[in-house]
Amino acid sequence: MSGAAVDDDVKVGALRQRFGRLTGYWLALPGGLWLAIFFVIPMIYLLSLSLMTGNFIDGFTQKFHVSTYWHTISLYHDQFIRSIIYAVIVTLLTILLAYPMAYWIAMRGGRNKSTYLLIILLPFFVSFVIRTLQWQFILADNGFVLGTLKDLHLVGSDFHLLATPIAVVCGLTYNYLPFMVLPLYVSIERLDPRLMEAANDLYASKLQALLRVVLPLTVPGIFAGVLMTFVPVASDFVNAQLLGGAKTTMIGNVIYTLYLTNNDYAAASALSFTLMGALLIGIFAYARALGTKDVMEAAAL
Amino acid sequence: MTTTDTTPVTRPSVQRKPKRKWTYYILPVYTWAVLFYLCLPIFVMILFGFNDTKGRYNITFQGFTLKWYKELFAIDGLTNALVNSLTIAVIVTVVSVVIGGALGLALGRYRFRGKGAVSLVVFAQIATPELVLGTSLLSLFLTLNVPRGYFTILLAHIMFCIPFVAVTVQARVAGLDGSLKEAALDLGATPAVAFRKVTLPMIMPGILAGALLSFALSIDDFVTTSFNAGQTVTFPLWVYGASRLGIPAQVNVMGTLIFLFGLVLAAYSILAGRRKKD
Amino acid sequence: MTPVDPTPSGMAQLRGLTQRRFSRRDLLQAAGLLAGAGLIAGCSVPGARASVIPEGYWDDKKPSKYLDWANWPLYLDVGKENGRTVHPSLVEFTKKTGIKVKYEEVIQDMDSFVGTIRPVLASHQATGYDLMVLTNGIYLTQMKELNYLVPLDHSRMPNFFKYADSTSKNPTYDPGNKYTVPWQSGITGMAYNPKYVKRPITSFDDLFDPAFKGKVGMFADNQDLPNFALVGIGVDPAKSTEADWRRAAERLKQQRDQGLVRAYYQQDYISPLSKGDLWVTMAWSGDIFQANASTPGLDLKFVVPKQGAVVWTDNLCIPRYSNNPVSAMELINFMYQPEIAAMVAEYVNYFTPVPDAKKYILADAKAATKKADREELLEIAESPLVFPTKAMESKLYRYATLKPEEVPVWNQIFEPVYES
Repeated sequence: MSGAAVDDDVKVGALRQRFGRLTGYWLALPGGLWLAIFFVIPMIYLLSLSLMTGNFIDGFTQKFHVSTYWHTISLYHDQFIRSIIYAVIVTLLTILLAYPMAYWIAMRGGRNKSTYLLIILLPFFVSFVIRTLQWQFILADNGFVLGTLKDLHLVGSDFHLLATPIAVVCGLTYNYLPFMVLPLYVSIERLDPRLMEAANDLYASKLQALLRVVLPLTVPGIFAGVLMTFVPVASDFVNAQLLGGAKTTMIGNVIYTLYLTNNDYAAASALSFTLMGALLIGIFAYARALGTKDVMEAAAL
Repeated sequence: MTTTDTTPVTRPSVQRKPKRKWTYYILPVYTWAVLFYLCLPIFVMILFGFNDTKGRYNITFQGFTLKWYKELFAIDGLTNALVNSLTIAVIVTVVSVVIGGALGLALGRYRFRGKGAVSLVVFAQIATPELVLGTSLLSLFLTLNVPRGYFTILLAHIMFCIPFVAVTVQARVAGLDGSLKEAALDLGATPAVAFRKVTLPMIMPGILAGALLSFALSIDDFVTTSFNAGQTVTFPLWVYGASRLGIPAQVNVMGTLIFLFGLVLAAYSILAGRRKKD
Repeated sequence: MTPVDPTPSGMAQLRGLTQRRFSRRDLLQAAGLLAGAGLIAGCSVPGARASVIPEGYWDDKKPSKYLDWANWPLYLDVGKENGRTVHPSLVEFTKKTGIKVKYEEVIQDMDSFVGTIRPVLASHQATGYDLMVLTNGIYLTQMKELNYLVPLDHSRMPNFFKYADSTSKNPTYDPGNKYTVPWQSGITGMAYNPKYVKRPITSFDDLFDPAFKGKVGMFADNQDLPNFALVGIGVDPAKSTEADWRRAAERLKQQRDQGLVRAYYQQDYISPLSKGDLWVTMAWSGDIFQANASTPGLDLKFVVPKQGAVVWTDNLCIPRYSNNPVSAMELINFMYQPEIAAMVAEYVNYFTPVPDAKKYILADAKAATKKADREELLEIAESPLVFPTKAMESKLYRYATLKPEEVPVWNQIFEPVYES
């Protein structure tokens, strides 16, 4: 591989040159093929499966049966809407939680910036499932948090968080917060501090400087952060399973059950496809609202 | 080396009065509070790995013990799952670093037809929810009647790791100074030598970061794996299944050890980065 | 999950993630790739039914020295040997027969376990299990109809015919024990934690007491939850009609919408019940017994409500394409010895299919050196939840038996209750 990987900028001979011109292809081929076979083509199979009819026992055949979509959406619209609402709330919460922190680390972190970033990333070294399970423990009705609050009579004795929407939203917020902090940090860190000085010189208050200078300039960072939290949160099912209760089922849980428990592949893939479509539309609409021509351009930090 | 770095660069700070108001401390205190919040479950996990629990449930702290460290491999199913996860992660890391690294190099360095489309696919894959990655692969395997198991987990993990390695390496390559290699070639180095001595060292940080990322992604993946695992059990799947009955303390211990391993790696890479800066 | 490391290149990667801009042509190229692949989309997923297993299945089956057994968690006796957790009955089995057993506690609930193995069997692949434990009901019937279960070799299980109780022989869900023999049976009833509930719980209606708002647990399945609710509203599931199903589901939905139900559980209700997150819950008889026995200071109560409760049977059966069916038969036969059945019953505390096990439990009680152990064993030997009494039996109902065409109707009525 090393021979083929060599750059071709220098003219060393016609043969090498021709070979060199192909280098890009050789390098890109395995990765490109892998993604085509295991990402692009499966998407087509997902679409194909969602249009089939049948059941597990008799098999599924292709009938281009679009009404599976309407049927499953009407059956599960509650869970769909709930997932979107949770995702919106969680995204807003992560922005609120992450911004001041990212701002402080980027502006005042000094030499310890990377240490702070490392601490933000620490949770990633512990399995996602295990972390979520710890919240089950921390938030237990008589655990050390609620138990203490109850002993102090700050909350009623029948108050509980686990198995409520609040617990699910808290779990999601916790799990996806780092995805918001990092892009925000990158975009704030990139700001020229002289801009703030200029704002100060022009008699802007600190708040004004923040709102009128820093915030607009970090919109791309917010966009990237939203992209990295909203999409996974809307399709999450682990938090609802481990921390939720009655009436906290998300669309991810439904898809999981339909595929793996009921083996109802057509309905399950129709829902997966709908979910992806809804998220794509959301991303486009959001990009529009930001006033950018092109989604990808908005995503460019 | 310098173009894409974002490690601490001390900037001329905004002029401030020497006497600090209390409001100055709001943000740092807030930041530390959030950091504490982020790490709280880890502390709990580590703590309960030392819990001398008597019953079946690891719920209340009943005293300090090291016995779970001694009996780390007492549960066969869990040990198997961990071995599966580790071997999968290693294979996935190696394969996706080679394939993804080549792709990143191609995207960052070379011109070829279809480059835009490949970039788009890479971006689209990163933006696709994991759930859909998992279900679409399952659709493929179902339709082609491929039995799910260890092998399909490998295929899936490599698939979602390639784009991350590619993007990391591409970002690195884009910041490279191409003339360095030209110089090497001018000075009579063969292309192979030039690659090994010049290009590789320069993209090495990108490759290492990509490897670390792939390993972390693979060993922690739950969503995609759960759809394509068949009956093969990985560490996160085992923990998820066991969570219905209460997870044994060994899970906390294994979690702690993996955590420490990751911590050491990351700390090392930060220290290494700093040393170069200084 | 997409962890991003904090090293310089990690940050570079974050930028790279979002750096490229795409032209319309790139989109077209990618779309072209999609369209090209669309040609292969006219496929289908084959049906799941397998061919009938031929008469002479057992003729060419040879004994082997290995067995893979899929069971539910906490469903076999447990002991310690050199610091390792072992199952004494299996140790005994290996000693006697030389067959090594891989024992896997992989069944958390019928839905997801069957959901996992069904696609494997559908593609004519071995599940890897040689023996598994399935509850009677919708899924077991389906597994039989799909020809996924191996007919048992009756000549290899003399202990069953000798020692099994009368209800275990020739059950309605498997006439002539063609595919299954019972492993254990149990009751789906109610349980509560007296630490938090200060009055005795006696009735199905106690699950609807507003005083327990947010502290009630129900099951998340299409079997126990519906059948238990049917019994609760005074209907024998075996004689129930679609109208009854709707009435029961309505009752359950009200309970949920009033905020009474904390969550719908699979196997995970014991831990919240012990912690006080749950006060009253649907429960399986043996679980409560085991939880009390294994956790010092815990005193959960199991209740068969006055309206009655549901009795079910978990069955040993051999999945198709098993590589060690003879070993599986050996184990079935072995487990029906009264002294072995007693070892299991002492630990799992469900109904044992071997009545003679009682003698051995009483003998163990006599031999026990510690007073607490002796009392516990005596309690087990006399427990109507291990050796059912006539009075207990009169309050127990079997699952509704559903015709294949009724199953989807049933599911559509009850699934929205717990999948909400």
